[in-house]
Amino acid sequence: MIEITNLSKRFAQQLAVDNLSFSVAPGEVLGFLGPNGAGKSTTMKMLSGFLAPTSGTASIHGFDIQKQRLKAQQLIGYLPEGAPCYGDMRVQGFLEFIAEIRGFRGAEKRSRVAKASAQLELDKVLGQSIETLSKGFKRRVGLAQAILHDPRVLILDEPTDGLDPNQKHQVRQLIQGLAKDKIVIISTHILEEVSALCTRAVIIAGGRLLADGTPLELESRSRYHQAVTLLADAAVDSSALAALPGVAGVERNERDGSLTVLASAGQVIFPQVNQLIHQRGWAVREIEVERGRLDEVFRSLTRGEAA
Amino acid sequence: MKQLPVIFKRELASYFSTPLAYVFILIFLVLSGVFTFYLGGFFESNQASLAPFFNFHPWLYLFLVPAIAMRLWAEERKSGSIELLMTLPVTRFEAVAGKFLAAWSFAGLALLLTFPMIITVNYLGEPDNGAIITGYLGSWLLAGAYLAVGSCMSALAKNQVIAFILAVAACFLFIVSGFPMLLDAFSGWAPQWLIDAVASLSFLIRFEAISKGVIDLRDLLYFLSFIVAWLAATALVVDLKKAD
Repeated sequence: MIEITNLSKRFAQQLAVDNLSFSVAPGEVLGFLGPNGAGKSTTMKMLSGFLAPTSGTASIHGFDIQKQRLKAQQLIGYLPEGAPCYGDMRVQGFLEFIAEIRGFRGAEKRSRVAKASAQLELDKVLGQSIETLSKGFKRRVGLAQAILHDPRVLILDEPTDGLDPNQKHQVRQLIQGLAKDKIVIISTHILEEVSALCTRAVIIAGGRLLADGTPLELESRSRYHQAVTLLADAAVDSSALAALPGVAGVERNERDGSLTVLASAGQVIFPQVNQLIHQRGWAVREIEVERGRLDEVFRSLTRGEAA
Repeated sequence: MKQLPVIFKRELASYFSTPLAYVFILIFLVLSGVFTFYLGGFFESNQASLAPFFNFHPWLYLFLVPAIAMRLWAEERKSGSIELLMTLPVTRFEAVAGKFLAAWSFAGLALLLTFPMIITVNYLGEPDNGAIITGYLGSWLLAGAYLAVGSCMSALAKNQVIAFILAVAACFLFIVSGFPMLLDAFSGWAPQWLIDAVASLSFLIRFEAISKGVIDLRDLLYFLSFIVAWLAATALVVDLKKAD
């Protein structure tokens, strides 16, 4: 259990994190979202014990991150933003160093290093010095370092930044495989990642919590929730669609000529739209009911904050 | 305390993972030879003693030791690896002391590699080997004092060059604090106890006593407490500056 209570951090004049409170239970994969400068990294730095909060507290499985820092840090695997490592070390040596710091010796140390490097497919670069690696490999070394001691809490600051689509997929699978009884907190800019990976999403901007819910709940806040998008060959009477009960409006996508019929809040409009199509005999090529667009929710929530 | 050896080992190995260690040792050995035989007049003095060798150490170290110390923390802050280090279950003391001891051991190793001096002087005459041992001890303590100052300056500056310059300047002050030219500046107005205090801070007087074979507990305590004080300052500065 992670408990964050009234956590604030002030840098000189700027309030980076403003009275943040929430808790995370084991088994949850929490996606931490927000524009650049929202306070995501600062919050993660406080959770990992790197920065001291200006006020408020955070505890990791009951250990206060200030008063029992070492006990809390033993439970955490942390990937800092940008995955900094000791560039002049070889991958093998670096992972062995981390394993020793985590208290593993001898055969246990070797098997931990071997397992982590296998999980992130680092076997081929174990003998290379870290500064000569590509960005993707460096990120994976950082991840290997974080999961090496099989921590109960994983805090990953932009774990898939700089990875190609295949590697992103791989890292997501890895996180999902690890997540069963752990607490995972990841920050990301990639909203599809939140839908694909997270059981819960928290949106912050200006250091304040703006939304907290499952990705589905957040998507349902979108004006596109339950909207029906259709692509027809011939002209479609959009005013007839707009007149249907429960319809809030009709938007035309200029790029491919498709129509999006928006639903009023809490309404399901697909049956009516479908019925109308059949009545009029429109030749519809594609039809899709939307769950809602997370990026649109993200923008509408955070734009007001930035202004 | 458990993590101190782990930090120590990584730090010491990192000296040898770049050419820095070899370049440093080479320059140290060449310069100490040059100083001893040319400037120190080792042969001209006609004495079987390593005094000409040790006499130059405070000045030799003034530039060489800050060069070992400058990377201790500045590099961590520059590369961001300090965030990794400080979020591992390691105490401040373990991190600061582990790094310092690695640098100090490295300096000790460079010093030990001057052993041909001992052989030479024993071959040529019958030196007081006790004084030579205390000379080495004094020289190593002196290097530790410089390193502790350098470690703090390295924590203070993100840029290694600035860390180097700050450390040279600070160490220089601790050398000259026993010099008449500096003490004269105080003598006009300052009370005698202050002048004595400033003079007693000087490396030189303590170092000369030890390197002549006089081991006074107060001199040892001076160096050790000097090192501890600067390392405590380092821990404080690391905490204040780590996130900048």
